[in-house]
Amino acid sequence: MLQIREQVDVCVVGAGHAGCEAALACARLGLETVIFTVSVDSIALMPCNPNVGGTSKGHLVREVDALGGEMGKNIDKTFIQSKMLNKSKGPAVHSLRAQADKAEYSREMRKVLENQEHLTIKQAEVCELLTENKKIIGLKTHTGAIYECKAVVLCTGTYLKARCLCGETITYTGPNGLQAANHLSDSLKSLGIAMRRFKTGTPARMDGRTIDYSKMEEQLGDERVIPFSFSTDPEDVQIDQVSCWLTYTNEKTHEIIKANLDRSPIYAGIIEGTGPRYCPSIEDKVVKFADKERHQVFIEPEGLHTNEMYVGGMSSSLPEDVQLAMYRTVPGLENCQIVRNAYAIEYDCIDPRQLYPTLEFKDIKGLFSGGQFNGSSGYEEAAAQGLIAGINAAMMILGKEPVILDRSQAYIGVLIDDLVTKENFEPYRMMTSRAEYRLLLRQDNADLRLRQIGYEVGLVSKEIYETTLHKKEMIDREIERLKNTVVGAAKENQKFLISHNSTTLKTGTSLAELMCRPELSYEILAEIDKERTPLSADVIEQVEIEIKYEGYIVRQQRQVEQYKKMEKKRIPSDLDYNDVSSLRLEARQKLIAYKPVSVGQASRISGVSPADISVLLVYLEHYKKHR
Amino acid sequence: MGRFSEKTDTIAAIATAMSDSGIGIIRVSGEDAIGIVDKIYRNAKNEKVLTKYVSHTIHYGFIVREDRTVLDEVMVSVMKAPRSYTAEDTVEINCHGGILMMRKILELVIQSGARIAEPGEFTKRAFLNGRLDLSEAEAVMDIIHAKNEFALQSSVKQLKGSVSDMIKEIRENIISEIAFIEAALDDPEHFDLEAEGYNEVLLKRVEKIEREIRQLIDSAEDGRILKEGIQTVIVGKPNAGKSSLLNVLVGEERAIVTDIAGTTRDILEETISVGGIMFRILDTAGIRSTEDVVEQIGVDRARKAVEEADLVLYVVDSSVPFDENDESIIEMIEGKNTIVLLNKSDLPAAVTNDNIRLVASKITKADSGQNQNNVDTINGNKIIKTSMKDKNGIDFFLQTVKEMFFHGDIVYNDEVYITNARHKEALQGAYDSLLQVHKSIEDRMPEDFYTIDLMSAYEKLGLIIGESVEDDLVSEIFSKFCMGK
Repeated sequence: MLQIREQVDVCVVGAGHAGCEAALACARLGLETVIFTVSVDSIALMPCNPNVGGTSKGHLVREVDALGGEMGKNIDKTFIQSKMLNKSKGPAVHSLRAQADKAEYSREMRKVLENQEHLTIKQAEVCELLTENKKIIGLKTHTGAIYECKAVVLCTGTYLKARCLCGETITYTGPNGLQAANHLSDSLKSLGIAMRRFKTGTPARMDGRTIDYSKMEEQLGDERVIPFSFSTDPEDVQIDQVSCWLTYTNEKTHEIIKANLDRSPIYAGIIEGTGPRYCPSIEDKVVKFADKERHQVFIEPEGLHTNEMYVGGMSSSLPEDVQLAMYRTVPGLENCQIVRNAYAIEYDCIDPRQLYPTLEFKDIKGLFSGGQFNGSSGYEEAAAQGLIAGINAAMMILGKEPVILDRSQAYIGVLIDDLVTKENFEPYRMMTSRAEYRLLLRQDNADLRLRQIGYEVGLVSKEIYETTLHKKEMIDREIERLKNTVVGAAKENQKFLISHNSTTLKTGTSLAELMCRPELSYEILAEIDKERTPLSADVIEQVEIEIKYEGYIVRQQRQVEQYKKMEKKRIPSDLDYNDVSSLRLEARQKLIAYKPVSVGQASRISGVSPADISVLLVYLEHYKKHR
Repeated sequence: MGRFSEKTDTIAAIATAMSDSGIGIIRVSGEDAIGIVDKIYRNAKNEKVLTKYVSHTIHYGFIVREDRTVLDEVMVSVMKAPRSYTAEDTVEINCHGGILMMRKILELVIQSGARIAEPGEFTKRAFLNGRLDLSEAEAVMDIIHAKNEFALQSSVKQLKGSVSDMIKEIRENIISEIAFIEAALDDPEHFDLEAEGYNEVLLKRVEKIEREIRQLIDSAEDGRILKEGIQTVIVGKPNAGKSSLLNVLVGEERAIVTDIAGTTRDILEETISVGGIMFRILDTAGIRSTEDVVEQIGVDRARKAVEEADLVLYVVDSSVPFDENDESIIEMIEGKNTIVLLNKSDLPAAVTNDNIRLVASKITKADSGQNQNNVDTINGNKIIKTSMKDKNGIDFFLQTVKEMFFHGDIVYNDEVYITNARHKEALQGAYDSLLQVHKSIEDRMPEDFYTIDLMSAYEKLGLIIGESVEDDLVSEIFSKFCMGK
């Protein structure tokens, strides 16, 4: 039989949010890349919620952008409403969230992929990975075509052995009725990769014409929209926005659900996969939080050119008839017509502790993975991992140092470290509370944190990098000036302070010190700050944050120094833990199983005690001297 | 916030035995050792001169308190890096011996910026700084491990139940506040902090926690936080003489002593000091298969007490033959550190040598003591003939305890002291973190700033009861709050 046989550098399996970033990164770094998808029409599909960003996820998008990824730019082109969440809270938890026009989002991303040099899109199901001596040499599609390559990035999302459940009805498809990938799991298993099963779910989509919005609260976007991408001109995103709507479930809704629990595949025990606690189905909410009288329901548009509306907060795997009855108890949905039913989906994924923090498999050289395949949930989490997996596949081929972001550098670092180090029993979602140094990892300074890395990798242009350097310089200079400009107890200053309900001065005080007062700000101080030169809004934002929260920031920086010391202590990959006689058995087993790359990572593995770490440090010192 | 941090800071510990000896040494090692001791040392002319001393010299002077009053007359030696045991700057304060003085000086050193050394830490530093031979690596690792494990175990074990309950409760309260704030930050459309006037509520709660921790710090200061002494359980059949033993040791009639079997229904606890040994004694209900529910409760508690005890005293009425009750007691104490008291030795013996051999074979072997007439050193086990009525055998019993626990001579239990000092350090840290939260609230900082210091208080309290943070928070958020869309 004649077969197609191609030779490329990188094969990316899957064209969702992880796959797109991985493929673009490789191609942009000059590597010949093929991206495989079971359907070209599903590139960058958003099969669940119609938005990008949100708390902590907005941070991920900003970081992806700073490193040279695409997600931020793409949502800036296709959003239809945008909001900065937590604006009344500290800057660390401000998070951008935009409603997307799903079809546009997908189309725009497809356009970017199609026009990317060195990138080929191929509609095919990948069935088998080809390896030699535990090293990737290529892959095979369902038609028998062989693609020889140096690296494979697996971004299979929820497609592996997927099945969708809607009450008693089970279909063996991926999301949205798309074809599942039924062969690759077996190939992976035969390579020794341990697979597991997760589940997630999505709510119904309604025909917007059948919804009565007068019974709901309107949710508007921000007046002044802030773009996701640091490269987007803020003026370009001041568009006419659409509204979302808020309504609530009630006792009646809950009654219907409770009465039909036995028909839910989860409660009937048909679903084996573990679902995310963050996005519980409405059945779960009603059962686990039985004392809550109502739950929020957000009605969100799926796009500008469709009537379909997403029913946020009411994902379900109950049968069709129960769904309809249940949705129709919600104010405004009394006469609703369902376009697409809610369903739960089960799929194969891996325990990501089989990966290095580079997202390369520990046991198979050249095999990388990202996204839901790694046991995460969410478009943004996927994009972030896809980008890092793609970058590191490229770095490996180009013979350069891999990119590993640590927990003090980026939410991406926290995300990947959590995935590859900690025991995780559900689809992993990013949360701000997972980032211990979040005061430093703000969405507003992602460029200052990560542009340099993007530039060094080769995904950020020199011109853009220099813009960031210039911004940094302006910030530092202004902070310096504010710290060194002392204002005295002159009459006009006192008058100014009194007018702002602020304590008058007894001695000379720097402008920076005055800025620390809750009632004063950079803007307010303009009146008594004579030497000020005009600065751009993003510079002022940084100056204000750095000064107002300096005490806290400095404390976190000190913690980071401690943390870094342990991260810097690398553990040689050939270290035999059996030689470290004083380790407790449990710690030894865990260390052998998970091969941490640093003493820091080792210390975060559950079952490894501080005493074990002490022992390890002493042993490493001994080891170093003997080599 | 990791569970482990690099130790380059300055550490301090009492280097000599914690006993009332003539001279005690407090060793301080680390980058800032000289600077720290300089804050509290004055020479004979009351000058602050420590930083001026050359390496490897020893000087007469005084340790002074913050208010400049003299605490002790000392000799201080300065050894600069790398020519010291740890290869770091090291200062040794030779003070007057005595537990109290050494404690006070160590506390001053800690207040001035040092941290209490972890078990084996001086040695570990010596090794890491290349001072020890490589062949010693294994030994060092073993020491670190053994000492750490011991310290961790004893730290948790020594904590009084009431204290550990209180810390657990405080931690629960803290994490539930953190979870509430974090849930609101993560799902702002769901939970609105402002609408609920949360700040005022939190401030009141933080103030309450501050008071509770302050109380704990105060009790740490006088050592009330720890169980001091050997946790001892007295077991035996009803009327074997358990309560009489307790009374003999206490020196007064505390437990109810009657001739009716089963009168000591509950467990009595006494902390007593006999011959320099501190006992925390539990007198249990007589162990006897019983249908009586009330008594059964006592028996179950006795079993639990035996599980947790450092020392079990098995009182046998030697004038009554062994029966199935003795068998069940022997089964219960199997493998425990036990001393068997063959009581009522003034009466004709009914317990046989075979019985004694059986008991001996079940209980832990202790080092064999001096061979005296009134002890049967069968297999080196501790079986002592006593008569509570005549107070016979008590002295020998005490000598045996000393040998078992203190290798013959009584040394103040420094492990208890060190544990206490560690606990106090952690409590103080937690308290400081809460003050920071307090300040953040008063400064009208946004809520996300509160959780930074609340979390650090939570972690520090966790050190005391041996619980780490891991994924407590995320679990707490998900269990209490219905999150997400």
